Amino acid sequence: MATLSFFYFGSVIVLTALLVVALRNPVYSVIALLIMFFHIAGLFVTLHAEFLAAVQIIVYAGAILVLYLFVVMILNLQQDDSYQKQVKLGLGLGLLALAEVIYIISKVALPEEPARISTAAGESAAAAVAGNTETVGKALYTTYLFPFEVASLILLVAMIGAIIMAKKGMMGPGVGPTGEPR
Amino acid sequence: MVPLSYYMILSAIVFVTGVVGVLIRRNIIMLLLSIELMLNATNINFVAFSYYLDNIAGQVFVFFALTVAAAEVAVGLAIIIALYRCKATVNVAELNLMKW
Repeated sequence: MATLSFFYFGSVIVLTALLVVALRNPVYSVIALLIMFFHIAGLFVTLHAEFLAAVQIIVYAGAILVLYLFVVMILNLQQDDSYQKQVKLGLGLGLLALAEVIYIISKVALPEEPARISTAAGESAAAAVAGNTETVGKALYTTYLFPFEVASLILLVAMIGAIIMAKKGMMGPGVGPTGEPR
Repeated sequence: MVPLSYYMILSAIVFVTGVVGVLIRRNIIMLLLSIELMLNATNINFVAFSYYLDNIAGQVFVFFALTVAAAEVAVGLAIIIALYRCKATVNVAELNLMKW
């Protein structure tokens, strides 16, 4: 059952990832990425990371992709973008890198499956007592409290930067894209 | 159950797809989408290792990666909009202002 769900989620993830890169219309690419994010969330659920699955759907599918769609529609792009001239070179380099990574993975000793799954039918005692969200929250607010605050600062800086850069007339005088003076 | 190497290979495939996307696409928005692919590939790896090593730190790192991804998208799309106002194009081949 677990193997079946992994292969389902994995195959859909790979397929939609390829579609994101291959499709010519940016709107279709964004929709393919949406499907991929939902399946990554499903993969997280099979890995017992339920909180991250929910956050993945809320933040990625709900916020980031909507932002992408807005920008694609604001810019009103035509389907004029073709691929770069060096498509074959890029594909070759990608396949080379993939072969290299798979070779390395086949050579290293990876940790085995934790015993808690194979012995008992269910989660471990610790995970059963404290849910996933509670465990993540405890780690986040004790061990990783300082990185957490730094992350909030990063979000503040990104917010201010995005507003300043996207605001009209903030980047100095100039002309609009169709030539009319602002 | 699924061995850990399967998750790593899945993550490697998605990551390389993102790299190829950055290399071959011309639309700068597609470049940002490909970077999202790469970030998600690393997230899959982090969560898989967190599960197999029985350590919650991997999931916390994914949380931070998500934060950085959100910041990156906001700033990156703002840059694209500012760029489009100046040059009226999103084709990276035409954005050669700093080319020597």
